[in-house]
This record gives sequence, structure tokens and C-alpha cells, in this order.
Amino acid sequence: MKALRKFLDKKKPLFQKGGKFAKLQSSFEAFETFLYVPNTTSHTGTHIKDAIDLKRTMSVVVLALIPALLFGIYNTGYQHFLSLGQSAEFMDICIYGLIKILPIIVVSYVVGLGIEFAFAQMRGHQVNEGFLVSGMLIPLIMPVGAPLWMVAVSTAFAVVIGKEVFGGTGMNIWNPALVARAFFFFAYPSKMSGDVVWIAEKADSFSGATPLAHAATLVDATGEAATSIYTQHLSNAWDMFVGFIPGSIGETSTIAILIGAVILIASGIGSWKIMASVFVGGYTMGAIFNLVGANAYMELIPAWQHLIMGGFAFGAVFMATDPVSAAQTARGKIIYGFLIGFLAVLIRVMNAGFPEAMMLAILLMNTFAPLIDHYVVQGNIKRRLKRVKVNA
Amino acid sequence: MSEVKKIKKGLDIKLIGKADKVLEKADRSETFAIKPTDFPGLTPKLKVKVDAEVKAGSALFFDKYRPEINFTSPVSGKVVAVNRGERRKILEVIIQADNELQYEEFKQANPADLSRDEVKEQLLQSGLWAFLRQRPYDVIANPADAPKAIHISAFDSAPLAADFDYLVEGEAEAFQMGLDALTKLTDGKVHLNINAQKTQSKVFTEAKNVVINKFAGVHPAGNVGVQIHKLDPINKGDIVWVIRPQEILFIGRLFQKGIYDVSRKIALTGSEVKNPSYYNTILGASVRNILKAQLKDDDKIRVISGNVLTGTQIPEDGFLGFYDSQITVIPEGDNYEFLGWALPGLQKFSMSKTFFSWLTPNKEYRLDANLHGEHRAFVMTGEYDKVLPMDVLPQQLIKSIMVEDIDQMEQLGIYEVAPEDLALCEFVCTSKINVQDLVRQGIDLMIKEMS
Repeated sequence: MKALRKFLDKKKPLFQKGGKFAKLQSSFEAFETFLYVPNTTSHTGTHIKDAIDLKRTMSVVVLALIPALLFGIYNTGYQHFLSLGQSAEFMDICIYGLIKILPIIVVSYVVGLGIEFAFAQMRGHQVNEGFLVSGMLIPLIMPVGAPLWMVAVSTAFAVVIGKEVFGGTGMNIWNPALVARAFFFFAYPSKMSGDVVWIAEKADSFSGATPLAHAATLVDATGEAATSIYTQHLSNAWDMFVGFIPGSIGETSTIAILIGAVILIASGIGSWKIMASVFVGGYTMGAIFNLVGANAYMELIPAWQHLIMGGFAFGAVFMATDPVSAAQTARGKIIYGFLIGFLAVLIRVMNAGFPEAMMLAILLMNTFAPLIDHYVVQGNIKRRLKRVKVNA
Repeated sequence: MSEVKKIKKGLDIKLIGKADKVLEKADRSETFAIKPTDFPGLTPKLKVKVDAEVKAGSALFFDKYRPEINFTSPVSGKVVAVNRGERRKILEVIIQADNELQYEEFKQANPADLSRDEVKEQLLQSGLWAFLRQRPYDVIANPADAPKAIHISAFDSAPLAADFDYLVEGEAEAFQMGLDALTKLTDGKVHLNINAQKTQSKVFTEAKNVVINKFAGVHPAGNVGVQIHKLDPINKGDIVWVIRPQEILFIGRLFQKGIYDVSRKIALTGSEVKNPSYYNTILGASVRNILKAQLKDDDKIRVISGNVLTGTQIPEDGFLGFYDSQITVIPEGDNYEFLGWALPGLQKFSMSKTFFSWLTPNKEYRLDANLHGEHRAFVMTGEYDKVLPMDVLPQQLIKSIMVEDIDQMEQLGIYEVAPEDLALCEFVCTSKINVQDLVRQGIDLMIKEMS
């Protein structure tokens, strides 16, 4: 490793001010700091620092996403062969899934990081680590049938409009990965909804609808029709929990997502407050609907089932917890999370046009997170003022 | 006895190199220095020139805007140098010490019999006034004020901190006399805040004329700012003074013996010290003789006057800081680490559990001064809250300082914090933000705008 270090030290002056490639300084630094934690020491303030940095933080999040990714790869192959009515070996299933999914991941990273590097270069900034996570999140919330060029355009939109126009990592107001998905959803609706997109190269005769799509049909169904939809498509909660259902690549398996949640919470990176309150919020709204029971959707889907359908769990664990776009105060996080869960189920049930409401709920609450924080901060200020009055 | 206030938010950083309670001998330092840079916001005016003869307690310089506050020589001898930095800012006034110390004479008296003005006068003249610091702002107290209370923290919870019990051992009388002097300075109470589990010394537990409060828990439980917040938080307009136990001994000795005797025990600590232990020395002494035979010399090292969170880096022949009773020596750590962010990290300390060192919670670490990462914008949230046991929103406060919003700073509690209270926030920060510097900038701005 010494040789590599020497090589870097030798090349470094070329990339610094006055060097031949001074314009590429950000890129050089990005690679250098990727290979080596820099030798900078503290000059003011605390002499020792916690070993954690943004690279570590982001890599832990990526690690937490791995179970969902692996399951997504398997499920892609599984759903494909299921729709064709063929049986396949485990390895064939995995290889098929890998062939479908790897290109999406590569496109997401290449496009996203390319733009990040370009912006860093233009501004003379360092390249931030934020996209390491976004670049993994974007493929996981795409339908497996998404054309690669659409993934590329969505990613580019997310990085430029979702993040860089605000000033880069740490400054954005919406979760960039969700911006990508929202762009995709509204720009190419035919590729993001309907029954065709969720299973790769499925047989035409096979219904590829997601449980959410089936559930949405419950709204207009009554009596026996409703019961039959439910028993046929929605009664197998175990499959939904394990993840053998059609859906976006990474969102189907609640188990895999929960493994990720455990990693995030145990390492202290993800906020358990947000995760827990999202689930509580979703359950509360579901329970209210159960009580109201105005249509078959409200009546037949138990509150807990909302939590394992569609992107609810994935959104709660990986999307809502993005520290930059979430509420920042401890109390704010609980309110923010609760409203996400609450609104997600509300939109899902009340508006058949948006069966996947988690995305919209999170983006909406991202928008309101600063407002929630504002009131929490005002609360702190009021307590301080009150103290003066009590004393006076 | 009052109830124990338990500090739950915070972090004890366990480091290698805690000082044994043994008093080691080292040759007395030949040179001493008083550094105006130890006093935030001070504009010093010199009273002596190079080559002047001074006694222990003779004024070296004074505060330009409050000329009654003197800063005096810790020993007798000759002023050998006045080192200046950029724009002729005075950095150090260096004194070559005599073999036999000569002392300026001050009045010997029992402070209990003196009036407030007499006590004040004596402290100002002798130079001991500089030890009284005020909150808000964490600067030297203004003699014209009458503080709401005086707070003393009788323990230090910082990493490798000196044991205050040991520092005041055998000086009960001087300590009590110092406390008596302090009670003269306030209409309110003098609070002595002890550690419910660790404070054993009768010097503290049997102190008279003070209110004894008990604290327990993790660092920053020993920070006087945190204690004030728990007991009687500072509101706008309040003024509270703080002072540390060793400095009360100086005051006690001044009234007892009529001399400026600022000899103090200090702890030599840190992973790069051969035998961490205590030393007798005098305020402002050069650390050279103490460090001489004690440094492990396998790595590049960093010598810190104070603790690893709030101390100041000094050269190996540098001088003890005015308020410090601890020297810490750690590795510099200015080396590259191959894929350091990806390694399991059994030797790395982190509040988060992202490194596998969390499997060994009681391990003592050898930490260096490496940043372990690069400066970034705020990304993580809630980290600071975990280590600040105050009803203050640290991240919001820091942001208001960054944008210099005075009203917001005031509303969010800038009066209640000192840089040292947020030192742990800086330690745990994923984005490596210089929190303490920012707090000091915010305070400076407040002082400028409010006066």
C-alpha cells in the first residue's frame, strides 16, 4: 500500500493550484480520500474526534440496503419465472434477476456520480458522499421493467433539480431518490403504473398487478366481488411480508427491510423515532378506516396490512429517515414520521389514482419538515421566555 | 442534603493514560509565561518592559478597557521577552525566575471581616481577579457587577481530567478562606457542586457557607455551565460567576499569607506519557522539565495544556495555560489511513455503533488528533442532542451563529452555553464542524453588539 500512497503523493501537486490538472482537483481528492482517510489533524477545538465520517455513515446505509437489494434480485427472477409458469433453479433465478437489475444500478451510479463530480468540479467543492446512498435507493424504488434511459433521465433530474440547485448534499429540501421516482411517475406514467411494469418480461396472460393495485380496485367493488378480490390477491399476508409479490425492486420484502432497519437503528445512523412513528401513523389511519368502513378497501384491509403493502416499509426505513430532508428536532421527528404514515395510508385508500402514496406522503412531509421544526424551536424559545417571567 | 442531579446525556471518552495519584518530582521550571491569549476577548496593555525585575504578584499587563484588572507575574524574576504575533498582538510575556522567590506583599486578613470592596480590591491588585469568570460569555468577570450567584464545580468529568479531590488535598483551611472571600462578592449564594459518587474529600463535603449540590453521570456533568443550567438556568440579564477549586486555594492563600502563591498540582496524562502522574508546579510554568523524561518517543506527539476536548496545543517547551491543571499528550496522527472509513475499526472510538469497537465498551483508547474525515455540510441530525444535557437546541443554535442572527442566538440560549459545554458536540460531529470556535464567535458577536 506504500507504493500507492507514494504514487498519490507524487501526482498530488499536478492536481493542486498551479498544477497541470488543477481543474480536476475535486475529482482527484474524491479518489484520494476514498482510498485514504486524509492526514489532516484538528487545529482548533477538540483535539480528538469521533472516528465516524460521512463516508462511514453512508456506507452503513448502503450496507443496510443490501438485504433488500439481494431479495429484490431474487424476487425479480422469481416473479419472471412464476409468470411464465416455469420452474427454475435458484441460481437461474438469481442470475436472471442480476441481469435485469445490475444495469439499473450501474446507470443510476454512473449518471448520478457523473453529475456530482461535474458540479463539484465547477464549484471547486469536494465531492460529497450523499449520492452513494441515493444511487442505491433509486434502483430499489424503480419498477424492474423501467427502461434504462428513463432511469438515467430521472436520476439526472433528481441530482440536478433535487439536490445541486440547492447547493448539494445537506442543502436539499426533498429526498433526491424520491424526486427521481416522482419525476419518473409523472413523466412516464405508463411505465410506473399499470400491471405490465412490475414483472420483467412477464407472460401476457399473467396478472402482474401489485397488491396495492388490487386493493385499489376494492374501492368500487361490493359484496362478493370485493371478498373474492381480497381472498384471491390480498389474503396472503405472509407473501407480502416475505416479499414474493410484484413491486418495485427493493420494496417488496418487509423482512429484508427490517434487517436494514435493525442495522440502521443499532448503528445509531437511522432515527428510530422516525421509523416507529411512521408505522404508528400508518396503523392509526388504517385503524380509523377499519372503523369507518365506508367501502370495501377500508373494511377488508386490516390496519396492519397497510404496513407491509407496497413501499410503506421501505419508505419508513430508508426514505423518511434521510436526515437532510426530514425534521431535525427530536420532537419534530415524531410528528413528521407520524404524519407520513398517516397521509400515506390516507392517500392510498382515498385516491385510487395514486396507489403508491408513500412517495407522495414523504415528499409532502419533506416540504413541511422545516415548518414542524419551526414550531418545535419556537416551543424551546417560549420555554426560555417563560422562565424569565416566572423568575421576575 | 439535596437530591442528586443525574446527567444522562453525554459521553465519557475512555482514554489511556490516567494520572496515578502520586506526586512525582521534576526540576522547577526556569521560565514562566502569562499568555494573554488564554483570556478570550481581552485587549492587554503592558505594564512592564523587557528586562524589568518583577516579584510574584507584580502586574505584567492589564485589561485596556477595565484597567483595574491586573495580570500578575506568578514568580519573581526578570521579564526576558514579550513575544508578539500578527499585528503586534501580545502572545506571551516570559519571565526568567529567581532561585528564591520574592513576593509582593498584600494584606493578610480574614476575608470574613472584610467588606466587599476590600475583598475586590485585594483580588484585583493581586491579579487573582482573572480567575473569576462570568456566564454568560465565559469571559473574565466584570468587577462592577454583582453576580446572582457563584458556582464552583468540584469535579472535572473531562477525559483524563485531574482529580480535584487530590488537587486540594491538605488545604482545607485555604479553601475555606477562599470560599469566605467569594461569599463576600455576591448577594446570592455560592454553590459548590460535587460529584455524588466520586467526591470524597472533606475539603469539599465539609465546606461551610456554601450550598452543596450533588451531580452524577457522564461528561459534561462536571462542566459548571451544565450544572448552572440544571440548578438555576441563566436568563437574559443574569450574571453568574464561576471559578475552579484550585483557584479558590490561591485566593485563600492570598488572604492567609498575604502573598500571591499560585503553586498548583497538575496532572500529566495521556497515552504518550510513560508514567502518568501528578506534579507540583507553578502557574504558567514551562512544561519542558516535566515532560523531559516522560515522553514516549516512538510517534509524533501533540502536547496539550488542558484536556483533549478544550485544551490548547503547546510546544514541548511551551507553557501551562492560565486555567489549566492538566497536561495531555496524545499522538499527532497526521498519517494517511488506507480505506480507513471501511475498516472494522476495533481501535476506533465512536459514539455511533458503526465501528466494531462498540463490542468492547470498557476499553481505553489511544486516540490521535486526526480528524478522521473531511469537513462537510450538516447532514446528520440529533447527534448533538445526545451529548448536550441542556434544554438548548445545539444544531439550531450553531446555525443561528453561522448566519450571525443575534436575535435567534439570544432566543436559542447563547447566554447559557460556553464553548466547553458544546465540546462533545464537536467531538461527535460527523461533518467535523468546529463547534467550539463557532460558539466563541457567536459570543464575541454578542459582546460586540450588546455593549
